[in-house]
Amino acid sequence: MVFQITWFVLWGVLWAVYFMLDGFVLGSGMLHRFLGRNDTERRVIINTFGPVWDGNEVWLITAGGATFAAFPTTYALMFSYLYTALLLLLFALIVRGVCFEFRGKIGSEQWKGVWDWAILVASFIPALLFGVAFGNIFQGFPMDAAGYHGSFLSLLNPFGLLTGALFVLLFLVHGALYLTVKTEGDLSDRALATANRFWPVLLVVAALFLAAAYPATRLYDNYLSVPILLAVPLLAVGSLLTIRVSTAKGKPLTAFAASCFTILLVVATGLIGLFPNLIPSTLDPASSLTIYNSSSSPYTLKIMTAIALVFVPIVIAYKIWVYRVFRAKIRLQDVLEDEHSY
Amino acid sequence: MDLVELSRLQFAVTSLFHFIFVPLTLGLSILVAIMETCYVRTGNELYLRMTKFWGKLFLINFALGIVTGITLEFQFGMNWAEYSRYVGDIFGAPLAIEATVAFFLESVFIGVWIFGWNKVSKRIHLMSIWIVAFASTLSALWILLANGWMQHPVGFVLRNGRAEMVDFMAMLTNSYGLLKFSHTVVSGYVLAAFFVMGISAWHLLRKSNPDFFKTSFRMGAVFGLISIFLVILSGDYTAVVVADAQPVKFAAMESVWETQAGAGMNLVTWPDTANERNYVESMTIPKFLSYLAYHNTDAVVQGMKAFPKEDRPPVLPVFLSFRAMVGMGFYMTFLVILAVFVSWRGTIEKHPLLLRILLYSIPIPYLANQLGWIVAEVGRQPWIVYGVLRTSDAVSTSVSVAQVTGSLIGFTLLYGLLGFIDIYLLIKFARMGPDEDVSFLIQSARKEA
Repeated sequence: MVFQITWFVLWGVLWAVYFMLDGFVLGSGMLHRFLGRNDTERRVIINTFGPVWDGNEVWLITAGGATFAAFPTTYALMFSYLYTALLLLLFALIVRGVCFEFRGKIGSEQWKGVWDWAILVASFIPALLFGVAFGNIFQGFPMDAAGYHGSFLSLLNPFGLLTGALFVLLFLVHGALYLTVKTEGDLSDRALATANRFWPVLLVVAALFLAAAYPATRLYDNYLSVPILLAVPLLAVGSLLTIRVSTAKGKPLTAFAASCFTILLVVATGLIGLFPNLIPSTLDPASSLTIYNSSSSPYTLKIMTAIALVFVPIVIAYKIWVYRVFRAKIRLQDVLEDEHSY
Repeated sequence: MDLVELSRLQFAVTSLFHFIFVPLTLGLSILVAIMETCYVRTGNELYLRMTKFWGKLFLINFALGIVTGITLEFQFGMNWAEYSRYVGDIFGAPLAIEATVAFFLESVFIGVWIFGWNKVSKRIHLMSIWIVAFASTLSALWILLANGWMQHPVGFVLRNGRAEMVDFMAMLTNSYGLLKFSHTVVSGYVLAAFFVMGISAWHLLRKSNPDFFKTSFRMGAVFGLISIFLVILSGDYTAVVVADAQPVKFAAMESVWETQAGAGMNLVTWPDTANERNYVESMTIPKFLSYLAYHNTDAVVQGMKAFPKEDRPPVLPVFLSFRAMVGMGFYMTFLVILAVFVSWRGTIEKHPLLLRILLYSIPIPYLANQLGWIVAEVGRQPWIVYGVLRTSDAVSTSVSVAQVTGSLIGFTLLYGLLGFIDIYLLIKFARMGPDEDVSFLIQSARKEA
């Protein structure tokens, strides 16, 4: 019981941190073709996250592995039910991963042009699909003892797409703020303007999400029974507002930090509402996958808890060190002089 | 084809493709780390140039190894949901641990190594590549312990309708997994050694940068010699654990039908599966098979007939893959000894024939690595977890034949394209040599600025 709750929290933390970290890479990837007006600026953008994107993506691998180890039944059913969506996600992540390495390896303009498009598409698809997937998890899957009664198209329902749009906009603002902080001059100014342009849209979509969640999901049940939990979504809204206040005050770093908190808190808001379900069933409550009926044995959870408690803090420590090493802004002359940059 | 066959084919395609890139990552990371160590210790610019040249090839290869690994983790759930549900309690743990303790290290420090040349001290930079090398080998340890568990399941009980872990240490110390780990990893080292020797040979034949490539060649040759010795040693012990844990796989590898004491090994043979015998059996080394299987010349070796037909793997592909792998192993041993001998005397450039053979032998260790996986995985059939769960009972029930057909076509096209580009880039940069001007890559950018 204790370990199942521990792993639900850890599972949530892994997803939240993944979205916070890969969110700015996905967001920057969606923007890079438009914000970067020439090859140099585009290379600056890629090099802002060059040293860290790979390590950021590992949070996803760990979230996947943790689902497998801690909640194997959920892992098995979620991944097989979402077959087509996950396939598209995989293809996009594979393409995005090689884009950065391949793009600069041949000098021709056409070659780079192809990879610039690939980065755009391969960043947009995961952002959208993660949102669609979580929107559907919040609503529940049409599943019962006989199996799954949905399809890829049934995932693209209004609430699923709304959550998809929420994720895309969160990452766009997040990415734009990251680029504001990590670049300088004209490019940084344009990134800031972009963040400010998308922010009102994000606000509207976030409000729509919170409103639509009431009829579409049962996320509010936990909040109504334990009202103190409402502090989390309120803090999420507060962080979201802080983003715009900070950009108006000329403090992009604060705005980026607020954007990090917004993403963490949005994920927390959803998962608190979901608890103790991992995937509710819309057809038959007895077929819902919960942290109790889909978890590993206490023995396995204990071992995994011990390993997580030892190694996750170590991971966080060296990741913070790496972010410090690469904290400098990327300047145009950096990518022109450094033969090792992407 | 039915759902099980399609799902198996897809897993085979995606994992074998992944394993084109992994062994080079395992071996070349160590070689590059050794080169950079030489540079930091001696301050000799030659080693710095070597680190950068081989490091560039390492990174082009690394990119595809990483991204194709994600597929495998997702695929257990996507295509093998019944398997994942049934064994996730014990099988999920090593995968999650791999990500937490190894993959994070590898992915974070590769960033430090690529971008850190002017940002961190020489020592920290050197430490980064050693961490990458260590973490990729550590990563292999966890993955192969997971695979070792499928081959020889230990430390679990069947309870609550699934396999539940009861002894974590048993999985960690599973001799099958540990031997698989050693054999696989050192095979990757051999592959990297042949990669370095082959590319160096190409340049030496053209007399480009002789000092640079003679030094690289020597390093590759010595590394290859040590590694291939370990391949043979771990391979020999692997045969013993296979004969013990999966006697039917051992029988298929050697195409043995009848159970016999003091079994001999047929150098020339060919299985006749339909009639449960061999078409030919000649050039027999007496008692050698018993020795290989049990390190005892009089031991009883079980034949295929000792097992019910429904529990036997397909003999021909297992037998042929094993023979070819071992044959290539001997071929590589012979070559690497020659290479070390000749480079020891400092006269490699005077042996164009050997250099040419080494150049064209680059694909051999790749093939041997792939065949090794075919022996291990096809030889385990019809089981997905040996003796516990059949492959036919492991597949996702909610996925349709159309979906898997579509994804298999998708993977084949995408991997085909990316593999083509990656190999093209590897060849392009391998040919370019260490000192060629690559400023054209950033020239268009310079014009704009």
